Amino acid sequence: MSHEISAAGPSLRAGSGRWKLLGLGLILPGAVLVLWQIFGQLGYISDLLFPTPLVILKAFVGLAQSGDLWDHFRISAVRALAGFALGGSLGLLFGILVGLFAKVEKMLDPTLQMIRMIPSLAVVPLFILWFGIGEESKILLIAKGAFFPLYINTYLGIRNVDNKWFEVTRVLGYSRIQQIRRLVIPAALPNILLGIRLSIGLSWLGLVVAELIASTSGVGYMMSDARQFADTPVVFVGIIVFAVAGLITDYIVRLAERRLLRWKESYNR
Amino acid sequence: MAETLLNITALSKSFDTAKGRVEALHKVDLNIREGEFITVIGPSGCGKSTLLRIIAGLDGQYSGTITLAGQNITGPGIDKGFIFQEHRLFPWLPVEKNIAADLSLRDPEVRRKVDELIELVKLGGFEKAYPKELSGGMAQRVAIARALLRNPRVLLLDEPFGALDAFTRAHMQDVLLDIWRRNQTTMIFVTHDIDEAVFLANRVVILKPRPGQIKSIVPIDLPYPRKKTTSSFQELRLRVLKLLDSLDELELTDGAGI
Repeated sequence: MSHEISAAGPSLRAGSGRWKLLGLGLILPGAVLVLWQIFGQLGYISDLLFPTPLVILKAFVGLAQSGDLWDHFRISAVRALAGFALGGSLGLLFGILVGLFAKVEKMLDPTLQMIRMIPSLAVVPLFILWFGIGEESKILLIAKGAFFPLYINTYLGIRNVDNKWFEVTRVLGYSRIQQIRRLVIPAALPNILLGIRLSIGLSWLGLVVAELIASTSGVGYMMSDARQFADTPVVFVGIIVFAVAGLITDYIVRLAERRLLRWKESYNR
Repeated sequence: MAETLLNITALSKSFDTAKGRVEALHKVDLNIREGEFITVIGPSGCGKSTLLRIIAGLDGQYSGTITLAGQNITGPGIDKGFIFQEHRLFPWLPVEKNIAADLSLRDPEVRRKVDELIELVKLGGFEKAYPKELSGGMAQRVAIARALLRNPRVLLLDEPFGALDAFTRAHMQDVLLDIWRRNQTTMIFVTHDIDEAVFLANRVVILKPRPGQIKSIVPIDLPYPRKKTTSSFQELRLRVLKLLDSLDELELTDGAGI
């Protein structure tokens, strides 16, 4: 009995501590929401530009019940994921190649850096001309954004592997393949995971750009459509959906980070 | 007497530095017998680490010949175990996987040997611990186990206990002698600690700097286990110390050290 209590004690305390911290973080947005609602109801702020939180909530519930929101969100999520999968895996691949081989770096890096400097918005007209306004242009636009964080961070992670580890693998008789699989990749993993987080964030950003410009479906389309009819609450719903989706994907990668990087000093829990 | 395992003949090695060509080793001759425990000592810049790295195959471009069991050394390999001053464990692998490294623990033969080695270096209970959870002495013991798993013909140790405190160091010396007694692995151990050199070795090789050359080789004919407090130990220690001291004077009269 006493054993159970002592076992539950620390975790309970840690739990309430976490809730306290969460509560602290909620004070400011909570207060803003309350004031927003009060001033909106009293008519101090325009309900066209700033519909009150309750009106937004109603719009959200309405969209969710009709199934529209889910349909749009599913389409958007598939696009973001497909773009991330394409751009991210290419970024990882090129990052590894450029990181490992100086010759590949000399050959590819200048070109890739040039492409990186071209703003996504600037290539939109070209992408539409080339690929039409179908899924290809959107996914490619997202992929372009998702490519670079993973590319650069993978490359950096690999370049930063200390030579002293390579000496160890030479003494242990590792083959070249084993050096890559058992030394370079795990040593670069913290950077690769950081690249994944940044790439996913940019995938959502790219998605919004793609859907706001030319689209007939997706959360971005839902928002631009609502804007044309001055349906501000729906625009707010779209913003909130993107924010939450971004947060959730980021959280998932951070969970993976915590599991995969248990061995790091800074991940002492 | 056991036969020669490692033969070094007229070994010279120079480096090109910003200040010009520096001769790190000059015509070093050394014969090491199978199962022997050699310690190498000398002031900094005497080339003792370079000597070890050349034997390991980590440094090339030398003149002279080195043979291990009659074969020329062409590069690093598992027949020459190497222990660095830092443990250099892979931080992302737990202890047992660090020891296994590129070998799979699912292989029952590897599993058995890893378990044996964990027992030998007295790390039972830490199989699943990550390097960050180990003390310096424990981590260095894992590194020794990692090298021993490959059954090296010779174990090369480059000031392996230099970063440890005095108590841990004394303990590690006992652990290493215990391993040596059981496995009969030939050891070449570089150190700058006179006590350590005399305590461990069958023969202490004293190097002199600029260029690195063998000044003398002192046989230590004390039975193991040794006690650092005995007068015979102290006598030998004094002999090594005097030989090292004469190097200092040499250096001062040369003016090369300043």
